[in-house]
Amino acid sequence: MTLTGTPPAVGTAVGPAVGPAVGRGVRRLDGRVKVRGMARYAFEQLAESPAYLHLLQSTVARGRVSDVDASEAEALEGVLLVLTHLNSPKLADTSDGEYTVLQSPGVAFRGQIVGCVVATSPEVARHGAELVRIRYDEHPHDTRLREDDPDLYAPDEVNASFPTDTDEGPVEEALRSSAVVVDQRYSTPMEHNNPMEPHSCIATWDESQERPTLTVYDSTQGAHGVASTLAKVLGLAQQDVRVISPYVGGGFGSKGLPHAHNVLVALAARTLPGRPVKLALTRQQMFFLAGYRTPTLQRVRIGADADGRITGLVHEAVEQTSRIKEFAEQTTVVSRNMYAARARRTSHRLAALDVPVPSWMRAPGEAPGMYGLEHAMDELAEACGLDPVELRIRNDPPADPETGKPWSGRHLVECLRVGAERFGWSRRGPTGSRRDGDWLVGFGVASSTYPGNVMPGSVARVRYGGRGHYAVHIGAADIGTGSWTALNQVAADALGLAMNRVHLEIGDTALPMATVEGGSSGMASHGSAILEACRRFREEHGESPEPGATTESAAAEHPEAKEYATHSYGAQFVEVRVDADTGEVRVPRMVGVFSCGRIVNPRTARSQFRGGMVWGLSMALFEHSIVDHRFGHVMNHDLADYHVPTNADVVDIDVSWLDETDLHLNPLGVRGIGEIGITGTAAAVASAVHNATGIRVRDLPITPDTLVR
Amino acid sequence: MPGSAGRDASAYGVGVAFARCDDGYTPDVHEAAETRETREAGEAGVASGATEAMEATEAKLTLTVDGSARTVTVDTRTSLLDALRERLGVTSPKKGCDHGQCGACTVLLDGRRTLSCLSLAVAQQGRDVVTASGLDDSGDLHPMQEAFVEHDALQCGYCTPGQICSAVGVLEEAAAGHPSLVTDPDVPAGSAVPLTDDEIRERMSGNLCRCGAYVDIVAAIRDVAAQRPPVPSR
Repeated sequence: MTLTGTPPAVGTAVGPAVGPAVGRGVRRLDGRVKVRGMARYAFEQLAESPAYLHLLQSTVARGRVSDVDASEAEALEGVLLVLTHLNSPKLADTSDGEYTVLQSPGVAFRGQIVGCVVATSPEVARHGAELVRIRYDEHPHDTRLREDDPDLYAPDEVNASFPTDTDEGPVEEALRSSAVVVDQRYSTPMEHNNPMEPHSCIATWDESQERPTLTVYDSTQGAHGVASTLAKVLGLAQQDVRVISPYVGGGFGSKGLPHAHNVLVALAARTLPGRPVKLALTRQQMFFLAGYRTPTLQRVRIGADADGRITGLVHEAVEQTSRIKEFAEQTTVVSRNMYAARARRTSHRLAALDVPVPSWMRAPGEAPGMYGLEHAMDELAEACGLDPVELRIRNDPPADPETGKPWSGRHLVECLRVGAERFGWSRRGPTGSRRDGDWLVGFGVASSTYPGNVMPGSVARVRYGGRGHYAVHIGAADIGTGSWTALNQVAADALGLAMNRVHLEIGDTALPMATVEGGSSGMASHGSAILEACRRFREEHGESPEPGATTESAAAEHPEAKEYATHSYGAQFVEVRVDADTGEVRVPRMVGVFSCGRIVNPRTARSQFRGGMVWGLSMALFEHSIVDHRFGHVMNHDLADYHVPTNADVVDIDVSWLDETDLHLNPLGVRGIGEIGITGTAAAVASAVHNATGIRVRDLPITPDTLVR
Repeated sequence: MPGSAGRDASAYGVGVAFARCDDGYTPDVHEAAETRETREAGEAGVASGATEAMEATEAKLTLTVDGSARTVTVDTRTSLLDALRERLGVTSPKKGCDHGQCGACTVLLDGRRTLSCLSLAVAQQGRDVVTASGLDDSGDLHPMQEAFVEHDALQCGYCTPGQICSAVGVLEEAAAGHPSLVTDPDVPAGSAVPLTDDEIRERMSGNLCRCGAYVDIVAAIRDVAAQRPPVPSR
């Protein structure tokens, strides 16, 4: 384990002692079962005589289903059910357009669910789906995001409840009077999360009891959220819906909320009571139905005085949403507090198009927003003749520019300094000055940030089982984040036990309520609930409890959190090599230094940071969902054509963090680590590409054709 | 770990430790998952589709899976991956794309790494399939699995069984002298190829990991390769 940097002076509160487990790089407790493939993901749960569901998806981008002929499919041996809007059970709540499945003949985007075939085997279900004939009344559609779309509108708020616009100070005047002004447009493309495990469910509707119940094995970042949504949409009592999700093959936001397929599989199960219905989206279907990152069109204007101090900053974003449900990505929120500025304005405008429903994708808002802002900062450094590290240091605000609150722990400058040292930043040459054979070599830098989030509402239960063993229950999720291990570490220390005396259970709505494993908030939210439940257990039952002794608790109130602006920071340094003839970009070296509060498990944390940086590299060079606007679908809707990094694309990623505990946000001293690694990374790559070639690529991804001159 | 998991629905996946808490015995939930017999699952717990499907498109075959002879009747359209997962209850190989683009379904077929989603089950009569759950028949971890855990070369774990089968295949291929795109042309044909980091990255690039654990995957394979230096095959 590598801890670097001088421990900064943070906080004054005295937190719980770091015990023998927290802070230790414990091996992943679920590692053994996962390396053998014995961890059962949703689709692999045992089910007696399951039926298999295959989707029917619209082949037009806007219109109405005018005719359904299911006769041939229904005649196929093994087909149990063809479900369309003509014979679907009615939903109890249709307030959310994404979840309003098969309730009308309307089609709002290409690939929308218009039906399904359920059969005794996956082969027959798929065959049956091919036999269903659906005709449409096709209406003109629009899937193209344009800055000059006359129908752009301002949403009431943007994701995570941020205000849509901010306007502080006379920014136009500040820009006019600035010695240096950067005014550029940047764009990020539509991207798809693509966790390795497709979205999968096994749903069983049981009518053998007094009230119907629904049990769903699901691949989700939040079992309780899926259960409450399904209960509401289907008109069931929440306690009659059980969602079980012990292992999740990646989510990256796309499993943070239920999607239309969850409702569809429940409708099918309801039509075939007693029979488990299995549904796994195909990789292709995931490009229509599992959320995605909206494309963004950004304009960034930064004015500075001659020594690089920012006078005015304007960050505007245009994004898309669907016609059936609004999702407004918070792209420019990062510009509200990243740097000091005397005046600033930020805004978001949306176009509602005939497109699938956008949603969360790792660091929604921060990932595309930090690309625009940080790329503009790189251009500002160039315009001011300043080192881009120095420019950022000069504009480090002493307090939160947005609220005036003190920082709970802002250590961007330390991250930049430590990173520059580890990377060898001083060896950076002038633009276009380094060549190694056919390769143009460049260095780049950018800042990272992510807010410290705690979500209220999680509850943990501690129960003594006897013979020294304790059960700790919370309906949290481990989506690869290491929760199985890190939450156990927290509980072991809080109870004063060895880790093997703690038996953690997560991923089930039969366990106490937990908030979604998203927004990098899992440890802060679920860990804090466990900490408090353990503390209260000892208070109530002492060191020698009776077997069966149980305590349930939410996290302790932490009013201090409101008094601080709580954000994590990081610095990313990248070396690129650009083939002078072909424009191929290779990234031999990346260095990331982060300040995220206490690190509970260095071994799994390092993987999270590295994974985030790989995502940033991917955003910079590869990811791009290409829409055929004639038909309204993503053309490269598989893993051969939608590029994500392979092993050969990732070489050396050096990760370290400041040794820090931030007790202002929560008693664990953590700020979350899952998303910060992707933020700023793409700007660092773009900065390095410019340093190597002198070419500014402002529209991601940076593909070879953008660099061949 | 004793075979503690009952076959009632509440015991599958989670609920084990909670259910057993009262009598003072709380098995580790992950170990409990591991003790479940996949074969038992295959015979009793998974699709009966084979008997309900069209007879004209059925075929019966026998193959060896993780050391055991298994006989199964499949729809002739069934991939080896679906036969393993949906008919035989062997869920160690994963389905990530079903098009041979991600590598999550990689198994060792007669000792060579193979994409089971691109292999029709009916073509595998008499062949030997080894999945990540059968790499070590003593029930222990294979050294490659041990190295993956040690280096934290996994996060969500979904690509991991395929990565591990692929990595085991890479060791054998390099030892047998199979060249890759990055192999030094001066290495004589048929002699063992040294597994440099570049070789590992190139040879493992058919296995996607969306969590981005590549640096640690390379480290794990490097470790195992160093413990077992490649032996020239001739």
